[in-house]
Amino acid sequence: MAIELNVNGRSYSVDTDPGTSLLTVLRDHLGLTGSKYGCGEGECGACTVLINGNSRRSCITPVGHVHRQKVTTIEGLERAGKLHPVQQAFLDADAYQCAYCTAGMIVTTVALLDSNPHPTDAQIAEFLGGNICRCGTYPRILAAVRLAERALAQGGAR
Amino acid sequence: MNEKETVREEETRANETLAPERYELFAPPAYHFDLERRNFLKVMGGGVGVFLLVRNPAVLGQGRESGQRRFGRPALPENVGAWLHIAPGGAVTVYTGKVEIGQNIRTSLAQQVAEELRVRLDSITMVMGDTALVPFDMGTFGSMTTPVMGPQLRRIASAARDTLLELAAARWKTAKGPLVAEEGMVRDPASGRRVAYGVLAEGQTLAKTVVAADPPLISPEKWTVAGKPVKKIGATPFVTGRHLYPSDIVRLDMVYGKVLRPPAYGATLASLDASAAKALAGVVVVQDADFVGVVAPKPEIAEKALAALKATWNPAPAQPSSKDLFDYLRKNAAPENAQEEDRFAHTVGSVETGLAAARQTFAQTYTVAYIAHAPLEPRAAVAEWQEGKLTVWTGTQRPFGVRDQLVETFHLPADSVHVLMPDMGSGYGGKHTGECAIEAARLAKGAGKPVKLIWTREEEFTWAYFRPAGVIDVRAGLGADGKLVAWEMINYNSGPSAVNTPYDIPNQTTGFHPTKYPLRQGSYRALAATANHFARESAMSELAHMAGADQLDFRLKHLSDARLKTVFESAAKRFSWPGKKSEPGQGFGIGGGIEKGGRVATCAEVSVNPKDGSVRVRRVVVAFECGAIVNPDGLNDQVAGAQMMGLGGALFEAIEFADGKILNPRFSQYRVPRFSDLPRIEVVLVNRADRPPAGAGETPICGLAPAVANAIFDATGIRLRSMPLAPHGVKQA
Ligand code: FES
Ligand code: FES
Repeated sequence: MAIELNVNGRSYSVDTDPGTSLLTVLRDHLGLTGSKYGCGEGECGACTVLINGNSRRSCITPVGHVHRQKVTTIEGLERAGKLHPVQQAFLDADAYQCAYCTAGMIVTTVALLDSNPHPTDAQIAEFLGGNICRCGTYPRILAAVRLAERALAQGGAR
Repeated sequence: MNEKETVREEETRANETLAPERYELFAPPAYHFDLERRNFLKVMGGGVGVFLLVRNPAVLGQGRESGQRRFGRPALPENVGAWLHIAPGGAVTVYTGKVEIGQNIRTSLAQQVAEELRVRLDSITMVMGDTALVPFDMGTFGSMTTPVMGPQLRRIASAARDTLLELAAARWKTAKGPLVAEEGMVRDPASGRRVAYGVLAEGQTLAKTVVAADPPLISPEKWTVAGKPVKKIGATPFVTGRHLYPSDIVRLDMVYGKVLRPPAYGATLASLDASAAKALAGVVVVQDADFVGVVAPKPEIAEKALAALKATWNPAPAQPSSKDLFDYLRKNAAPENAQEEDRFAHTVGSVETGLAAARQTFAQTYTVAYIAHAPLEPRAAVAEWQEGKLTVWTGTQRPFGVRDQLVETFHLPADSVHVLMPDMGSGYGGKHTGECAIEAARLAKGAGKPVKLIWTREEEFTWAYFRPAGVIDVRAGLGADGKLVAWEMINYNSGPSAVNTPYDIPNQTTGFHPTKYPLRQGSYRALAATANHFARESAMSELAHMAGADQLDFRLKHLSDARLKTVFESAAKRFSWPGKKSEPGQGFGIGGGIEKGGRVATCAEVSVNPKDGSVRVRRVVVAFECGAIVNPDGLNDQVAGAQMMGLGGALFEAIEFADGKILNPRFSQYRVPRFSDLPRIEVVLVNRADRPPAGAGETPICGLAPAVANAIFDATGIRLRSMPLAPHGVKQA
């Protein structure tokens, strides 16, 4: 069955079962490998994407559910070759070790700061609570979220 | 360093590199084919090459067998440990067999080269973990990169700088002595003229060799590039999603694989009906003895094909479960390893005499559960055959080890297998073996196409290997003066590293018993040292309590190792030890020790919820000294990251198993540290620029678990002696 998707502003038609996970479609049908597989059960956040602006676990999202909806992945955050302020903040804060969790962390942070531009530490911990960083880089990730918060507040938002 | 300390450090290193890899074989190659270094360089386009010759690869853990022709490229000369190339035009490329797994050695090694060679950091390219391009390396583990590969690269870079100075002197017909190398150029202070390295390298085919300990190194006290905080180099692709991890590699015509797993360890295939799977479009079923797998054009079809396989299995043999694990280990100390046991036994004086004279005696047992590395990127491999040659992209800490496994499995000549290791989603000691690469290669052979195989999280939890579980018995005696007169600590199964005590005790015996063990086990971030530190440092606080002494004072009273004393005092100072309790359920603990040449001390503050017994680690202060610091930024991350990872093993991580099955093979069932567990972490780095740098990926994890156990006792009066300490909270009376 053909499923129509809008990913990072481009339209795609994908021939697969509607039960196939969005993550598989992104990675293995569309070649967008920035979203990562870490668990396949919605527990690690490595596969996080935005669906109509909300952060969702693509590994447990059947692609049939996002038919004709707007999906944004880590690859879709840049504009005109410029990093999204959250990406820039992770770069500036050096907020990774192996960086396998980074795409999910960044996408989740984009959603967080979009819905709550000035979160408390507890709110950050809660919102990012579903994202595992096995390298334990949480302190720097927290610093990156704070940097991004400032950048967005100073007009980095789009 | 005094002699005793030197011996201890050497022992530690020997134990750590050998013990955890007991089941892996490192055999020397059968052949060496010589190829002249100059010819080699010619093929590389000329320039200046400096090769580090390693005389005794077994000791250094690298440098073996580089003398084969590989994949159309000329072979490297033999016994090269690492090498550096300055191309005409000035590009600097460093070739090392070490791999980047998130510990950021790509950055810290480049810093050291930049320092010695006097070039900008961004002019250096590090080629790592590609078996066709880099010299042989045993693997990236055991905290060996910084102490071994770091100095090697510094020597190479220093020799290269010297060669460039010579070239400039010859060019200007002047003496080399006064010339200065800086910023990728040689300058003549007398005339002010300058020439770039890239110009000097033009028209040259100059191959130089150095041996370990050859040219002088810039003392860390004078470092300007190394020793400074530097962010991960080349990091942009990691925030844009463009970096290709092993699981992201795509090849033309590639298909996707799945492997049929037995329902339990040791269950064998009785029968297979693959007809339904084969009927699916594009599916190939590959069976080779007990190995069964499927490939399909897309992963979702491969999953369907796997589910369509109808297999029956012979029942798995009876095997121990996590419930009787510790009994099992103690009862199965393997007598056939008696010799190995002796090697790790250490005795001073007589424990029995000491105990007989003691005023108070102490005997306790500590246990450590099996835990999983659970790197966020599970094992992944893409395998491709072309004209009998095999190329595999895979995540591993031992690309050459995986290559050797492939060579052996498929009966190929070594030069027919090429392993590439793109910077991966970490390993923590858990990706030393090549099973996923082998499976992908077998599937690719059967499919006649490149195959990608990514293990599911469940497979990673089940079919990888674990940090060994252990049982540790401690006996001790306190004299009338409140000082230890006897100490005995015996470790079953989890390993000998750091089993010796750093404390001054007149009568002591420490030792390690290998045992039979129920699960596949192997390396982990400071695997044995974590267990041994947990037992020893918990016992030290228990003994302090018995003696009516403060946990810190009691330790200092028994310490003559000045470096360890320093980190204890530094951590205590920052923590404001002994701390002041301001609310119920609050407690403070300390722990520390020596491992892999480093010194660590950790102070922890916990709060135990009086209602439900849940434990929160609120604050961790960790002081760490590993000699001269190469990259304070990277080091800080390693140290802080180790606390975060250590929290999991300390408080709640444990593999549960029964009847050959892992009972909690998912992140929803196996809890790992998350944001909500993040304590305030303060890292105190003690820089000893006068000492050679030691590795830092492992040691900092050692003090955390005992510090937390001691803090829980301080908070509740309840002594927990099993790691994980409180997977379901502390049960209070
Ligand atoms: S892969 Fe989707 S949450 Fe882990
Ligand atoms: S940086 Fe390795 S998992 Fe987060």
